[in-house]
Formats: sequence, structure tokens, C-alpha cells
Amino acid sequence: MGKTLFDKVWDAHVVDTIPDGPQILYIDKHLIHEVTSPQAFNELEARGIPIARPDQIVATADHNTPTVNQHLPVQDPLSRNQLEQLTKNCDKHGITLYGLGHQYNGIVHVMAPELGITQPGMTMVCGDSHTSTHGAFGSIAFGIGTSQVAQVFASQSLLLKKPKSLRVSVNGTLAPGVLPKDVILYIISQIGTNAGTGYFCEYAGNVFEEMSMEGRMTVCNMSIEMGARGGMIAPDQTTFDYIEGKKFAPQGDAFAKAVSYWKTLPTDPDATFDKEYHFDAAAIAPMLTYGTNPGMGIKINEHIPETGDMTFEKALEYMDFKGGSQLLDTTINYVFIGSCTNSRIEDFRVAASYVKGKQKAPNVNAWLVPGSQQVVKQLKEEGLDEVFKNAGFTLREPGCSACLAMNDDKIPAGEYCVSTSNRNFEGRQGQGSRTILASPLVAAATAIEGKIVDITKTILT
Amino acid sequence: MERFTKLTTTAIPLPIENIDTDQIIPARFLKATDKKGFGDNVFRDWRYDSDGNLNMDFPLNAPQYKEAQILVAGDNFGCGSSREHAAWAIAGYGLKVVISSFFADIFKGNALNNGLLPIQVSPDFLKQLLTSVQENPATKITVDLENQVVEYAGVYTEQGRSTKSEFEIDPYKKVCLINGYDDIDFLVSKKDTIEAFEKERMVF
Ligand code: SF4
Repeated sequence: MGKTLFDKVWDAHVVDTIPDGPQILYIDKHLIHEVTSPQAFNELEARGIPIARPDQIVATADHNTPTVNQHLPVQDPLSRNQLEQLTKNCDKHGITLYGLGHQYNGIVHVMAPELGITQPGMTMVCGDSHTSTHGAFGSIAFGIGTSQVAQVFASQSLLLKKPKSLRVSVNGTLAPGVLPKDVILYIISQIGTNAGTGYFCEYAGNVFEEMSMEGRMTVCNMSIEMGARGGMIAPDQTTFDYIEGKKFAPQGDAFAKAVSYWKTLPTDPDATFDKEYHFDAAAIAPMLTYGTNPGMGIKINEHIPETGDMTFEKALEYMDFKGGSQLLDTTINYVFIGSCTNSRIEDFRVAASYVKGKQKAPNVNAWLVPGSQQVVKQLKEEGLDEVFKNAGFTLREPGCSACLAMNDDKIPAGEYCVSTSNRNFEGRQGQGSRTILASPLVAAATAIEGKIVDITKTILT
Repeated sequence: MERFTKLTTTAIPLPIENIDTDQIIPARFLKATDKKGFGDNVFRDWRYDSDGNLNMDFPLNAPQYKEAQILVAGDNFGCGSSREHAAWAIAGYGLKVVISSFFADIFKGNALNNGLLPIQVSPDFLKQLLTSVQENPATKITVDLENQVVEYAGVYTEQGRSTKSEFEIDPYKKVCLINGYDDIDFLVSKKDTIEAFEKERMVF
């Protein structure tokens, strides 16, 4: 029987199988950041175990960093301590660190792909659940807890049970204004937040084949929001073109050799999956979430369901929305364009295309947070920083920012935020904050209008 | 890691579905560089109101559940972020077991790596159990890891329903919990096998 993309990559990394137990999986690349690594470093130190492969680890500072005045010392003493710990640990063990202000600094899942660290056929882990992002390249990439960070430090391996396989296919033509973010929000709204638990997901169909790498990353990023540990898309010419010439990509002959191997990875035609879903691209519209988990999504001009279970009622109460109502025309005072889901150059291009020549609504506080220093550089090269400035926006410095609100970028209690991030949990963007997840296009339109508008009417004429 | 074999104690009911790790431990408490103290902030924004006063309606604060070492929670517990701080917070609060009808993958692994036992039961069993501990907070629950059985003294259980359920656990993880081993010890003992594999693997 044929093998899936996932099988091929997984099987190539199995070191050993414990009878009746898990397998030892070799990890090619380990990404770390300041929040989930310090306890793992401490653990190894306490046990006197050295870091097995420091040259296969790359570190960045992103979760708990300020997005203004990064050239100044970090104000919050706890955050500063966490960053200092990371620097100390990396220095001590010879780990490459792209700290604050470094030209390669950025959100871990933005930085690694754009430097060519992420490549097809690899196994990659990071102490962050959105590590699934890297699956866009046809790699097995997933988030791990701090105990597992310590395990990878100690052995460059993990003990794991092979997950089941799931395939989500979307075929057909997307309507104008429907972005990769809408595709994944739509999928999650249809199958729910735990449909993928225990599975690794492959996305297939012409919709993903025609997507840019940025779009594929947005999709794979949110795999965890349907419970799947990771998501993957078969590597193809789009993937190879993106990687070629990147700083850490194989060069010259090595690149050609790599490509010929990467071409063997896509799922065999006769391979089967444990579970499959099929969707029609034409059924997808720009999406919004109305509740407190990413599965509570509707099309932009749809109505919130009338009634639901206790969780539904609790979510609506928290959001202060009524069952049966629409989100259109809701006044919005906060807009966040950023996070590892939507902070890449393409996301800012699409936002800029909407705001160009217009003015930000006076009631809106818009936080535009590029995913990395490289994205900042590209924005400037393309003159997009000027477009945003002329429309009344200021760009902040890279980091996770209001995606998890660990730093000062917190949405005030009771306020709605139309956000391009990935989680609308209670208080995720600050205590009492109310998150509405959306694409960068919908977010940009909201920032201009000061309320939610039906972009299918405004842009598509 | 602490050993786990058998436990009999009361339980805290938390009949909410999709409890995510942001609720278990909000991000603003993730700034520590050690594992201590997270228990103080477990379910912070549900346990305290915005002025910092204890919310007495929240089960964790109710005096009748003070001694409990088991949490009984709604479906899809622990979804969201990979932060192991969630497991540290629950264990740090003094809880040893979480019972639900479904657990998110990463949380489950994190819990097991910290000697916190996640027990998955049927939705029906969960419902009965939740009702029992809500109506009678003195309900004792026994968790027997060796035999993989959870049982409670359910005075309020509907007729014909069992107050006993078996549960699944990975055999390897079970051995780890019973003996207090963890994966690091095991992986380090496999160093030679891993290095031999490494020499053969494909790198570009
Ligand atoms: S942007 Fe948000 S989801 Fe992405 S890595 Fe940072 S905190 Fe995690």
C-alpha cells in the first residue's frame, strides 16, 4: 500500500520502536524561545546532562518582548530576566540566538521559514503549539511541552506514538477576497476544535496547491485549533522556489539533490487516510469568529446561530453578542494585524492594498506588528510602510504582541478586537478582551471603517 | 517525578467544555524561569474577579472542595497552547488527577510528564460523576492506576449505571508513573542507538 507524506517523513526519522510502546523519533531542528525553554535548561543542568546537539537548535526572543523601543532596556523586570536567561543559556551552550534587535529576530514561526531553516522532509519541534506552521513545507512540525524541550535537549529525540492520519481536501475556486485565513477558519467552523485530536493532518486539493507559501503557512498554523498536532502540505515547485537561495537552504548541487529527494515525498495515489473531509472552495466566504474558540466562526454576512449548548451561551455572554444577530456594523476600537498566523509580507501587502489612499477611522487603535525584522525590511523596500503611515497607521516592532498579550500589548477589558491571530479564548488578548478572528483584509477594512463591514460588497465591485 | 499508584479523595467539579490552557494559566503569569508558584494562579481569571477578590461561586474556591485532589472537567480539556505551565499550575495547586471525556493531545502529554494523571472516561460516565460530586461534594473517588479503574461512591447515580469505569493509558507511560521514571532517563540510555541512526540519516 502507498504511503502518505506524513508516513514517509515519520518513517525516515524512527530511531527505534519500543515493543507495545512509543517510538523514538529523531528531531532535525529544534526552535526555542524565552518562555518555554528556561525550565528545560534548568532540568538538564540539575541532572548534569549536556545539550546533545546545540548546532541543531535555533533560538529567538518573541513571546514576551516589547514592540516599541526595542533598542532600550526591557522595562518589565520579569520579562527582562526571562530574556537574559535565554541569552545566558544560549551563550553557555553555543546555541545560535537571534535576540531582540538582531536582523533575523522575529516570531519563531516567521523567522525560521524565511531563513530557509524550515525544509521539506524534516522533523521540527518547538515549545509552542503553532509549530504546525512549518508543515507548509512538507515537514513534520509540532508543538511540545517543556519536558519534551528538555528531552530534545538531552537526546535530539522524542518518545512518541505515531498519530492517525487525516486529510482535508478543498477543491474549486475561491471567491475574490477569500484568503487562506478564511479557508482555515471555515474548515474549523465546520469540523470543530477537536476533530483533529490524535491526528496529523494533510491539506490537499487545488486550493492549497495554488496557494503561496505564506498562505500555506497560515493554514498549517491553525491546524492545532482543530486539535491536530500538525498539518502538512506536499512540497512542490512553489515550495522549492521559496526555499532556493535562502540563507540556510542547501546551496548549489546540494539544493538539486535535496529537491530530487523532496519530490519523492508527496502522498502516493493509493495511500489511505484514517479520516477524510472534503470541502468546496466556492462555499467559503470571508470569515469572522463570534465566540471564544476558533470553531465558533461564521461567514461575514451570516447570523450567529440562535441557540446552542452551555458552552455556546457562556461564550456569547462573554462576547456580549446575541444569538441570531449579525456582526456587521459592530463598532470596533481595536484592530491587530500580526502573529505567526498573519504577519508575513503577503499579509501586509493585502492590508496595504485596502488602506492605500484611505484614512484610518478615528475610533480605531490599530496595532500592526510585522512578524520579523526581515518582514520590516521588505515592507520598507516595497514602500508599504509609507502606505500605512499615510493612512494614519504606525508599524510596531516584531514579536508575538497582542496574540497572547504577555507584554504590554493588551486589549482593554470589554473591548472588541478584530485580530488576525489564531485564538479567541477568553482573555487571550488581555483580561476581559473580546477577540474576533479574521483575515488581514477584513482586519484592514475594519480599521478603515471603524466597524465590521461586508468586504464582499466593498472591494469586489 | 513523584510515583503514582492509587488515590482515594474527593473531587472538584468544573462542568465547562473546551477549557483551554489560557484559562488554566493566563499568559501574563508565564514570566517565571522555574516551575514554582504556578499553582497560586491556576484558573486565575475565574477564581478572582477583576478587583482581585475571590469569586466564591467558582468551585475551586468553595470550602467543600478544599481537600479535593481530583478535578472533574468538561469535554476537550486543555486545548490551546503547549504551555506546560498549565500542568505545573494544576499539579502545583495540589491536584493529582484530571477526569474528562476528552483531552487535548499536548496537555495530556504534559500532564503525564509531571505525574498528573489525565483519565478519559465516556461522556455518560462523566455526566454521572459530575452530578454526583456537585450534589454531594463528599463523594469519594478512587483511582487505581495499576488496574486502570476509576470508581466513585455515587449516591445519586441513575439506576442501572455503573459507578466504575476502566480507563486507557499507554503501557509505557503507566510504567513511568508507577515507578516515577521520566522520558529523559530513558532517552539518555538510548544514546548509542540515536547516534548510530544519526550517522545514517539524510542531510543536505
Ligand atoms: S504569535 Fe501567538 S501563536 Fe504565534 S508563536 Fe507567538 S504567541 Fe504563539
